[in-house]
Amino acid sequence: MITTTNKEEIAIIKEQDVVPMRNRVRDYGVKVGMSILNQTKLITAASELVRNLLKYGGGGRVIVEEVTNGRDKGVRLTFIDNGPGIVNIELAMKDGYSTGKSLGLGLPGTKRLVNEFDIKTEMGVGTTVTIIKWKNG
Amino acid sequence: MQNNVLTGLNDHESKLNSIWMQLLLERGATDGATEEEESKEFTALFLEALNQGGNSDNLNSHAFEKLYDLLSGISISRAKRGFSPRETAQYMISFRDAASQILSEIAKDPAVLFAANLELNAVLDNLIIMNFESYVRGREDVISRQTDEISEISTPVIRVWDGVVALPIIGTLDSSRTQIVMENLLQQIVDTESSIAILDISGVPAVDSLVAQHLIKTVSATRLMGAECIISGIRPEIAQTVVHLGIDLTGIITKATLASALQTAFEMLQLSVVKRK
Repeated sequence: MITTTNKEEIAIIKEQDVVPMRNRVRDYGVKVGMSILNQTKLITAASELVRNLLKYGGGGRVIVEEVTNGRDKGVRLTFIDNGPGIVNIELAMKDGYSTGKSLGLGLPGTKRLVNEFDIKTEMGVGTTVTIIKWKNG
Repeated sequence: MQNNVLTGLNDHESKLNSIWMQLLLERGATDGATEEEESKEFTALFLEALNQGGNSDNLNSHAFEKLYDLLSGISISRAKRGFSPRETAQYMISFRDAASQILSEIAKDPAVLFAANLELNAVLDNLIIMNFESYVRGREDVISRQTDEISEISTPVIRVWDGVVALPIIGTLDSSRTQIVMENLLQQIVDTESSIAILDISGVPAVDSLVAQHLIKTVSATRLMGAECIISGIRPEIAQTVVHLGIDLTGIITKATLASALQTAFEMLQLSVVKRK
């Protein structure tokens, strides 16, 4: 059972919203007592996903939560956009695949950086990505 | 609706000005004499607009044009001089208070006075909004100028040795920043005839795939110019994150510190630093 102890929502509309959002994520990471390494992993993952949100989803919002599963504390991030959705999710999760001109490491790389990764997409409705990074994960 | 009581303000122009100035001084919303001329001009144009038939039904008519231009000029200059939003709002509110004060002296009939005040407010509400819009625009100008300045200052190219340039990057590397970094770096390589460029990323908080892609592009462009590029300042946590992300930086010379990057540069240039006996 995962319970939320603190929560906030950040709107992401333009590229300038990325840095403040990342700083908030860092604050949450520091608050649950993450090591520098895990903070960096979490921030990098957040950075990848928020770029996708802007580039492919046309903006959206991010929910930042401080969560606990009883033993460990962590940070859960939910990225919600109302974009066109992902056509082929299996391909999108593959290393080196990109519909844009990027390296194609955003989604698969992010999955490797965090402890829990969940992606839901529906054509024409949008995409929601949820990640959790545990303090000692 | 033409209000003949409002035009009655014409006969009290200097009084209106002096009450207005006094109110502004009392409320601490002016820096004194510098604004007096502008304010007098504002009053004159305000009355002129009313005389030309400007009223609350035709707020966008050309009768108000000059007045709007002057007001936005005043607001922008106030924004740049560092007035607070409260002080900026007080500027127009004080004018309204001064005008109502005079109206109450010239109109004795409460119904007439009420109608005149209503009309005055309708016209001035619009001016207050304009005043504010211009103020915000002035502030935004200041911010965007500072943003430009920051991105200029934050990408200095330093000549560390004969033939070696270094570029410390602090903050986030986004697309526009990378463009500036790349331009500056390539130009400096030409200007200083350098063969080695060191890109120090100690001050970059996180290296995600986009930042990595930008770095790879910068390195490729440098190599096309016939120079070698070394990336330094890779912190332990950044190294691990890059590996987990699956970014391949094997074709690039990377170093943990600027010092070791400089040492590598010396070796490439076949220079050695020796201690004097």
